[in-house]
Amino acid sequence: MIPAPFDYHTPSSLDEALSLLQEYGYEAKILTGGQSLLPMMKLRLAEPEHIIDLNGIPGLAYIREEDGHVKIGALTREAEMEESALIRAKLPILHDTGKLIADPQVRNLGTLGGNLAHGDPGNDHPATMLALGARVVAIGPNGQRAIPVTEFFVDFYTTALEPEEILTEIQIPLPPPGSGGAYLKLERKVGDYATAGVAAQVTIDATGRCTEAGIGLTNVSYVPVKATDAEARLRGSTLSEVDLNEAAGLAAAASRPSSDLRGSEEYKRAMVRVLTKRALQRAIARARG
Amino acid sequence: MQPRTSEKICGMGHSMKRKEDARFLQGKGNYVDDVKLPGMLYMDIVRSPFAYAKIKSINTEAALAIPGVLAVITGETLAQYNLHWMPTLMSDTQMVLPTDTVMYQSQEVAAVIATSRYIAADGVEAVEVEYEPMQAMVTPFQSMEPGAPVLRTDKEGKTDNLAWHWEHGDREATDKAFASADVVVREKMHIPRIHVASIETCGCVADFDPVEGKLTVYMTTQAPHAVRTVLALVAGHVGLSEEKIRIISPDIGGGFGGKVPVYPGYVVAIAASVVIGKPVKWIEDRSENLQADSFARDYHMDCELAATNEGKIQALRIKTVADYGYTDAAANPSKFPAGLFSICTGSYDMDTAFTEMDAVYTNKPPGGVAYRCSFRVTEAVHAIERMVDVLAQKLQKDPAQLRFNNFIQPEQFPYQSPMGWEYDSGNYPAALQKAMDIVGYEELRREQAEKRARGEFMGIGISSFTEIVGAGPSKHFDILGIKMFDSCELRIHPTGKAIARFGTKSQGQGHETTYAQIIAEELGIPALHVEVEEGDTDTAPYGLGTYASRSTPTAGAAAAKAARKVRNKARKIAAYLLEVSEEDLEWEPGVFTVKGAPDKSTTIQDIAFAAYTNHPQGMEAGLEAVHYYDPPNLTFPFGSYICVVDIDKGTGEIKIRRFVAVDDCGNIINPMIVQGQVHGGLTQGLAPAMYESLIYDEEGNILNGTFMDYLLPTAVETPNWETAHTITPSPHHPLGAKGVGESATVGAPPAIVNAVVDALSPLGVTHLEIPMTPPQIWEILNAHGVAE
Repeated sequence: MIPAPFDYHTPSSLDEALSLLQEYGYEAKILTGGQSLLPMMKLRLAEPEHIIDLNGIPGLAYIREEDGHVKIGALTREAEMEESALIRAKLPILHDTGKLIADPQVRNLGTLGGNLAHGDPGNDHPATMLALGARVVAIGPNGQRAIPVTEFFVDFYTTALEPEEILTEIQIPLPPPGSGGAYLKLERKVGDYATAGVAAQVTIDATGRCTEAGIGLTNVSYVPVKATDAEARLRGSTLSEVDLNEAAGLAAAASRPSSDLRGSEEYKRAMVRVLTKRALQRAIARARG
Repeated sequence: MQPRTSEKICGMGHSMKRKEDARFLQGKGNYVDDVKLPGMLYMDIVRSPFAYAKIKSINTEAALAIPGVLAVITGETLAQYNLHWMPTLMSDTQMVLPTDTVMYQSQEVAAVIATSRYIAADGVEAVEVEYEPMQAMVTPFQSMEPGAPVLRTDKEGKTDNLAWHWEHGDREATDKAFASADVVVREKMHIPRIHVASIETCGCVADFDPVEGKLTVYMTTQAPHAVRTVLALVAGHVGLSEEKIRIISPDIGGGFGGKVPVYPGYVVAIAASVVIGKPVKWIEDRSENLQADSFARDYHMDCELAATNEGKIQALRIKTVADYGYTDAAANPSKFPAGLFSICTGSYDMDTAFTEMDAVYTNKPPGGVAYRCSFRVTEAVHAIERMVDVLAQKLQKDPAQLRFNNFIQPEQFPYQSPMGWEYDSGNYPAALQKAMDIVGYEELRREQAEKRARGEFMGIGISSFTEIVGAGPSKHFDILGIKMFDSCELRIHPTGKAIARFGTKSQGQGHETTYAQIIAEELGIPALHVEVEEGDTDTAPYGLGTYASRSTPTAGAAAAKAARKVRNKARKIAAYLLEVSEEDLEWEPGVFTVKGAPDKSTTIQDIAFAAYTNHPQGMEAGLEAVHYYDPPNLTFPFGSYICVVDIDKGTGEIKIRRFVAVDDCGNIINPMIVQGQVHGGLTQGLAPAMYESLIYDEEGNILNGTFMDYLLPTAVETPNWETAHTITPSPHHPLGAKGVGESATVGAPPAIVNAVVDALSPLGVTHLEIPMTPPQIWEILNAHGVAE
């Protein structure tokens, strides 16, 4: 449980961090909360030669409402989001998600930016961000760009971030009135990665029709999954029992789980179905207030 | 039970807060890894990636080239001193470091000694070992197949992988009973390989003083004296003599049987310190602890029960295949290869029983330690408590009623079991009735019937276990010949305060409090004025240590006996001080009073002072005693547990709604500590029932060698334990106490399994293997088309 030797850099500005990244490229890893990276280093599964610690850079941790979005700085800790009145009120699905990540010690240090940029399909935030239609902001040598999360998760542990880019902000569109969301996670014990996790977000109009639906799946494929067929099935529907059952079936069909210690492929797919329906039921209850 | 002593004295029956907790709660405990000595070096271990392989070469050059790496020790190094093999406590043999073959994944292959822990870890990475992998024997059934490769080629003339065969009971009578029985039920069950996973891993600081020739070892051991003697016996030929060996067990963060064995790491660290002449520290990390240290359980049992149509149990027959890994490194009493498994007739009066066992070598870590149980009692209780439910289901009888009909009745004690044990005392119907009253058994059965009608799955499970603890009487119980007594040395200071030293070693049990309370009970000296010391072989009286719930039955009894010796002398001094004869004195805790003259009295404190200042002429000065307690029998704690579960038809999750535990451990020394022991034990019973097992693939690779996948339950998974007790004193223990550390671990798993089987019984389920996981339950629901 002792990492291989590495050099440790503590830039005090984003510019300084970017120039370090340019200098060391693939030999460098960004450290924010360190809750995934450090265990990998201690087990010597990762042996980066350079660690660039962003924690000394001011202004990267915040939660604010702006331009119709909730904007969250990449270095915002899970614990800070858990305590945020804005998130509790406007994005209960995100509050659900945060509480189910690992344990309080991990959440005291783990960051939202790190949870997304790590590209681990077992992480919980990606599914929620897919359900919410969020985008991330990255800064690189050529300036800043926004990336929709639907384009962010490219492959197993691989994101759309270039090696010289740093994720700085997450932007979540404020759900319109009549919206509600929920995140459900089946885990072997508290703090575990999901056997399966489902994020569901719906918007319901005055007539009871579903105008918008977002569904994201955790740990049931090599990347976080957006269950687009299930979403389409719900849009325009009245969210009846039959609608929910069929959407849940479509979400299960969108998953590509593999058998492991958490369960068989068949079991996990069935759990996507069960959890999708239950998450939708909770989301609908919240949407209807 | 009303305490006999005042709150100030705090004898038995008081829920005194634990004296040791002040330092633990303030982070001031002193564990092995807190020991830092000047010039101390660090050891880290190279481990095998293969379960079974020839070692072709070990190249240490690159490691030795790292600045700060001082030495790399291999099996060849140790072979020069004939220290590459060591005996196990079961008279088998175990490699310290291998010279040619590795027998399990994560086995120690070489040790790097360096000036810092970090450099040692880099050194481990730099040692190059060339292996030639061989096909591992991962299950005992593979190992026993004809023509399977013989794993223990070190044993001359060995032609198979059988470690030993053991039989107990009356085979002929049992076979006869089965042949003529109305009903026979049979179930195969596996108690999986699990790990004690103490929060503190194992480790030591070996400190050899080359000038004095004295070796001091700070180590995580539950049995410091036994370790000292074993070291003297196996390393005598290299100059280590018993008076020059000092073992110190400082604070220990959980033992549970896993800190009884002597692991190779300790021996290599000692060898390194002796050779280099400097202190050497070795501390395992979590993965090493989980992957290489002794496992527990791993019994494959084939169980049968014979009964009449009315449900009277007549006979029990169990055939077990036990997976021991590559060597039998259990820590049982020497005459009991299968531990106390023969308690398997449990709480039930039956005519006859027979059990046999094949212990088999495989390419897995060695062990077979008694994980929070008195040597294989957990396996035995699981067998009988499951089988009673299997029988009830077969006969369509209520499992509680079937138990009442078969219990050994209170008037039958002392009870001679068909396996040859004499149960000291018990009242099984009272404990079960109390548990049923608390849980509201009849009402729950009504609710269950309604839920079943609606297609919901709810279950109620009972376990009415009998434990066997306090090893043990010297006639039968020894470890490598050393009898399993235990000891107390008690000294009363002139001001009436005391120090008591013991041969046991607390690992969290609260000995510093409970032993003090025993002495307070017997002498009336406030428990707060009694200092308790354990774990230093230079100062403590000889004892066999703490495991198998033996501390209260043995050392606790020794404390009472030593205190009574002190009291006898105190009586003489009191008679002298009060100028009466001894017979004229009456004792109540802390005070001798002259019969009929209540104003003429003297306190234990006054007597203690007199023992050093004004003792009678002709009497030895001082007030102290030593007692070595050889128990006349074991003690037999028992209890009845009831578990209520609801099954989530969507996910297969098992929700424990209620868990009622009624324990009977005889007279209680500290009710709060007993309750704490039961809570911890129940959680460690929940663990194998629903979460834990060590999983290996076909090559013998461990698949869950970290806490990410080895699922230790936390407070979140733990239900609200509802505890209660009945009190049936032990007739032979000086305090009427029995030992309670392990009852709950032993009794809980079958209660949980019985509840889940009961829930699923409408689907025809008669048995479930542990750990019962949501996927396993969902498969059953899905196969019957009742999953959500």
